[in-house]
Amino acid sequence: MYQSQTVIGQTLRSKDLPLSECKWPEDHLHYIPDWVYVSQEVYDREMELIFRGDTWNFVALEAEIPNAGDYKRSYVGPVPVVVSRAEDGTIHVFENRCAHRAAEFCRESHGNTKEFVCPYHQRSYTLKGDLQGIPFKRGVNKEGGMPKDFRNEDHGLRKLHVTTLNGVVFASYSDKVEPIEEYLTPEILEDFKVTFSGKKLKILGYYRNELPCNWKMYHENLKDPYHATLLHSFLVVFGLLVAGNKATMFSDKVHGRHGYMASAKSEDKYATVDEANKKEMRSFHEGMRLRDERFLDFVKEFDSPWSVTMQTIWPNLMVQREMNTLGVRQIIPNGPHSMIMQWTMFGYEDDTEEMTRHRLRQGNLMGPSGFLGLEDNEAMKFVQEGIRRSTTDTNVLKLDANKVGTSESLISEASIRAMYTYYRQVMGF
Amino acid sequence: MQKSTDKKYTYQPSRLDAATAQHILVEIEAFNAEYCAVLDAGQVELWPEFFTEDAIYRITSRENADLGLPVGLVYAEGRDMMHDRAVAVNRTQMFAPRYNLHIVTNTRVVDVNEQGEIQAEANFLLIETLVEGPSTTHLAGLYYDTFVRSGDKLLLKERQVIHDTNILANDLVYPV
Repeated sequence: MYQSQTVIGQTLRSKDLPLSECKWPEDHLHYIPDWVYVSQEVYDREMELIFRGDTWNFVALEAEIPNAGDYKRSYVGPVPVVVSRAEDGTIHVFENRCAHRAAEFCRESHGNTKEFVCPYHQRSYTLKGDLQGIPFKRGVNKEGGMPKDFRNEDHGLRKLHVTTLNGVVFASYSDKVEPIEEYLTPEILEDFKVTFSGKKLKILGYYRNELPCNWKMYHENLKDPYHATLLHSFLVVFGLLVAGNKATMFSDKVHGRHGYMASAKSEDKYATVDEANKKEMRSFHEGMRLRDERFLDFVKEFDSPWSVTMQTIWPNLMVQREMNTLGVRQIIPNGPHSMIMQWTMFGYEDDTEEMTRHRLRQGNLMGPSGFLGLEDNEAMKFVQEGIRRSTTDTNVLKLDANKVGTSESLISEASIRAMYTYYRQVMGF
Repeated sequence: MQKSTDKKYTYQPSRLDAATAQHILVEIEAFNAEYCAVLDAGQVELWPEFFTEDAIYRITSRENADLGLPVGLVYAEGRDMMHDRAVAVNRTQMFAPRYNLHIVTNTRVVDVNEQGEIQAEANFLLIETLVEGPSTTHLAGLYYDTFVRSGDKLLLKERQVIHDTNILANDLVYPV
């Protein structure tokens, strides 16, 4: 069911605090207050200071709009935008709102066009978002029409700044955000370029789902390597991630806002878990074996020490390289209690048919029906419900206490701490 | 990106005479009723038995189908992969308890080829009920099927579950 279909589930009024009453707990590293997940005022301020602030928001892959006139609907934060490729090959991002009467004019999720025409009064805009034509601009029989001083150039669509990096398109409302390479920071950029080396991508398809949780939880979940070894018994059983594997939880060194969770799969198909670790892992299933092991094949195609990296790029992008299944996930915040996840799965243009099928088979790990994906969605829903309805009011993060940033241990919450240290700075908490 | 020119998931008029189609229709309706009864009873480990050894099973959105994109929410090549999924769901996965109810209607028999493979379609609705939740439409779409005969029964050689539902509510745990 969708968040809006909740029957029992009113948020306690005492948690939906106005900004003036939002005080971070004194032990700020080890406690997160519930109001960051449920307060409407906090959410509104996040949209302003984070998604419309000095950030680069993922909006598309270039492979989705390869030709002049190609476009797709997308979002920056919760704001609907159109991503379009003009005749000269340049990419443009503008709000999906007619400058006249606000109609959300672009309705198709993808397409190819020569111009955008608002269906309400047929105003037309160029592929760059400039106002091109107004029916009856001079009126009829010299009556009515636009005033003489109306200049088309003053009435285009609201445009955003656009940048691309190796086939990935980002947009920003900010005039002063740093260039994308600098924005990502060196180590994140390096890992980003493993998946996005500039090699042409082939889009394999989309998933879209609502998660009835606050958008920040998705970041936290991918900065929380502790859960991966416990919640995802599938990973553990098949040795994709085992406490004790070579792994890291990296936080960017400049802000702590981006990160990646990485691990290196051992050579054996199935994991061996020693007795001491086994006791800690309730979900461990001895002797589970697949009937079709092709699913676990790992074709080494990248120059990287990691077989798995899950990258979080602030504020709205996750890059998934889980062995050979590749994808980007775009967060679309949808109020404090809901977010939409837009998944785009891809391979490379030079993949053989068998490689494409391998990626599709391994894709069963991810997405809203993925062996990992669905458990995350369930867990985050449970957390949001717990926060909304209970009377206690803080989350406790004491694993690997006092540490902020990168951790080599999976039994750590240091990366979540780094993210919230940055968040508090931006939000003024 | 452009719409696909693939006609696989578009309307195809039936190429069979009414009497032949009617005869097969009854068998397919019985098959689907049994298939859904297994899923609605939560007997997911029995689900692969409705397929041939080398069957294809995929769940994907109408959007992907229209664009000719191959990805699946669930993508299985062969009954072994379906078995692995069924076991994973039933024995290893963490999710809130739920009831599923399939409603399958508008069954159509489109064609029977020279090898006796039956091409058929049906509409489905999947109603989901969570603990202390309402019963909600979780997924709505079409089955695009290829059946073969095995002895006196039908088996699925391919089932493409194409859902209109554009934003899925949280996740999809069980096969459809």
